[in-house]
Amino acid sequence: MHPFTYTRATDTDTALKGLSGGPAAKLLGGGTNLIDLMKMGVETPSRLVDITRLDLAKVEELPDGKGVRIGALVRNSDLAEHPLIVERYPVLSQALLAGASPQLRNMATTGGNLLQRTRCYYFYDPAFTQCNKRVPGSGCGAVGGYNRIHAILGQSEACIATHPSDMCVAMAALDAVVRVQGPKGEREIPFAEFHRLPGEHPEHETNLQPDEIITAVDLPAAPWAKTSHYLKVRDRASYAFALVSVAAALEVVDGKIKTARVALGGVAHKPWRSKEAEETLVGEQPGEAIFKTAAGAALKHAKGYKYNEFKIELAKRSVVRALTNVTAA
Amino acid sequence: MPHEHEHPSPDDDLIPDDVQSLEDSPHFSRRDFITGTSAVSAGLLASQWFSPIARTLAADDPAAVGANGLPTGAETMALKLRINGAEQSLEIDPRVTLLDALRERLNLTGTKKGCDHGQCGSCTVLVNGRRVNACLTLALTCEGEEITTIEGLARGDELHPVQAAFIKHDGFQCGYCTPGQICSAVACIKEGHAKDDAQIREWMSGNICRCGAYNGIVNAIKEARDHQVA
Ligand SMILES: Cc1cc2nc3c(=O)[nH]c(=O)nc-3n(C[C@H](O)[C@H](O)[C@H](O)COP(=O)(O)OP(=O)(O)OC[C@H]3O[C@@H](n4cnc5c(N)ncnc54)[C@H](O)[C@@H]3O)c2cc1C
Ligand code: SF4
Ligand code: FES
Ligand code: FES
Repeated sequence: MHPFTYTRATDTDTALKGLSGGPAAKLLGGGTNLIDLMKMGVETPSRLVDITRLDLAKVEELPDGKGVRIGALVRNSDLAEHPLIVERYPVLSQALLAGASPQLRNMATTGGNLLQRTRCYYFYDPAFTQCNKRVPGSGCGAVGGYNRIHAILGQSEACIATHPSDMCVAMAALDAVVRVQGPKGEREIPFAEFHRLPGEHPEHETNLQPDEIITAVDLPAAPWAKTSHYLKVRDRASYAFALVSVAAALEVVDGKIKTARVALGGVAHKPWRSKEAEETLVGEQPGEAIFKTAAGAALKHAKGYKYNEFKIELAKRSVVRALTNVTAA
Repeated sequence: MPHEHEHPSPDDDLIPDDVQSLEDSPHFSRRDFITGTSAVSAGLLASQWFSPIARTLAADDPAAVGANGLPTGAETMALKLRINGAEQSLEIDPRVTLLDALRERLNLTGTKKGCDHGQCGSCTVLVNGRRVNACLTLALTCEGEEITTIEGLARGDELHPVQAAFIKHDGFQCGYCTPGQICSAVACIKEGHAKDDAQIREWMSGNICRCGAYNGIVNAIKEARDHQVA
């Protein structure tokens, strides 16, 4: 691990000051991704600013019934079991509980989870010389290599990595808003615009600036989210990343779907919200036939590689299963 | 310097069959890979849970190892830790994890290093009563927190009920994962996540047992749950 200096921020302003020295400085949340990547030599910050003592660990109701605000330092385990989340946004609680392990969830923060990096083998291990994300311009080891866990939607020739978060898939379905603060003040980033597709620059993963800190994630009021579900498909029953996952919500009024939400995980460089699937569902009677059509619409432009072709069919079936589970709930 | 890595890939998406495919990948530097794994066979990639145990922090960057076996290069910092009720003063490099501080500096070797990457749970300790992976926790972040390790669970000669139950139900074979399992189990029961077998299995999934002592572990946790006065 490269040497670094350690400071502990007491408030958001000191954290921002700590970041201002340039890209060599990094914020430390739970450390479950950053420390791991520092041990691997993938991340090499020379300054760590510990933000875990900041007063940003609350889950609060927004005024006028506008929804719920989640502080950036709320731990994944606390968020998963918070009554406001369990009752109003079950899909988010389920997604969090499907992620990592109880120990890691006790450590992982909301902000850190948003910024966790891909588990692409070629990215994670500098013994592989090709990775455009780690070393821009070096090529992509995965495109022609072993790509079982890689993307089938929205990828580019430069990078076919996936975003590994479960939490973020639920947040994408819930139209969350990421609140950030930087030297120029505060701003809000709609969830769909927070993570980026790889394009020519897979090293740029989000639209957060290096001198900004995430302070909170807002979940807008969403009565339809009460009937929602998170389905995760993985190699083991627990403690494994998703091969494919689906966050789904349906609001059915008078036998017809009034609101639909479908987001997929494990398939793209960002949590993949499928407007195509949602548009297919709205106005229809819920049932297997229309769920299959919606799944087809979601995966219409999917492209597989040598080892991950199976994900296309798996994702389709997962969409159908998730929607079926929602209607059964 | 991308070539100077010291670890096999810790990627937990790897399943045994993946190993060959990865080695066949283009631009895979087998030489770097093998030197990087202390000349242990690359096949260890498959045994993702228990890769070489001797991988202390110092092994990360041989150029930066001090006389005490711990890295040099960054300024050391003073740190006070409360471990098992006793205050400990340390002067440490910021890179030292809680796991390495316990094992290499404080002689509390009950807490084990399995993977050193959050993938096995053998380093589980309690921080303010919450179970965490000590291998991904920087020691400096624990200032002022109450840390409990496996050494701190018994009351004198009287074992903690979870420890006693592990013995009674054969909750281990080699015992390497056991300190982590027991710390995790103590928290699992306290959290109220030990309702039935299925819930125990799910909420103990962050602790891998290479010997497969899972049935004994589940039975031990059920007994401790029912007898615990806490
Ligand atoms: C073995 C293992 C298994 C896992 N399995 C899963 C899984 O199944 N599903 C899943 O979703 N995840 C899984 N994870 C990943 C885990 O969820 C993430 O590592 C975690 O959410 C990251 O949060 P953190 O607080 O620890 O982030 P850190 O490691 O502290 O930080 C990550 C990044 O975010 C930055 N950062 C942190 N907070 C802020 C902030 N407020 N503002 C700006 N930048 C910030 C840091 O600088 C760093 O770059 C797993 C991890 C491990 C090690
Ligand atoms: S898929 Fe992306 S992260 Fe993986 S090797 Fe290719 S460029 Fe790197
Ligand atoms: S040593 Fe394996 S999780 Fe910490
Ligand atoms: S690893 Fe041997 S007893 Fe669990």
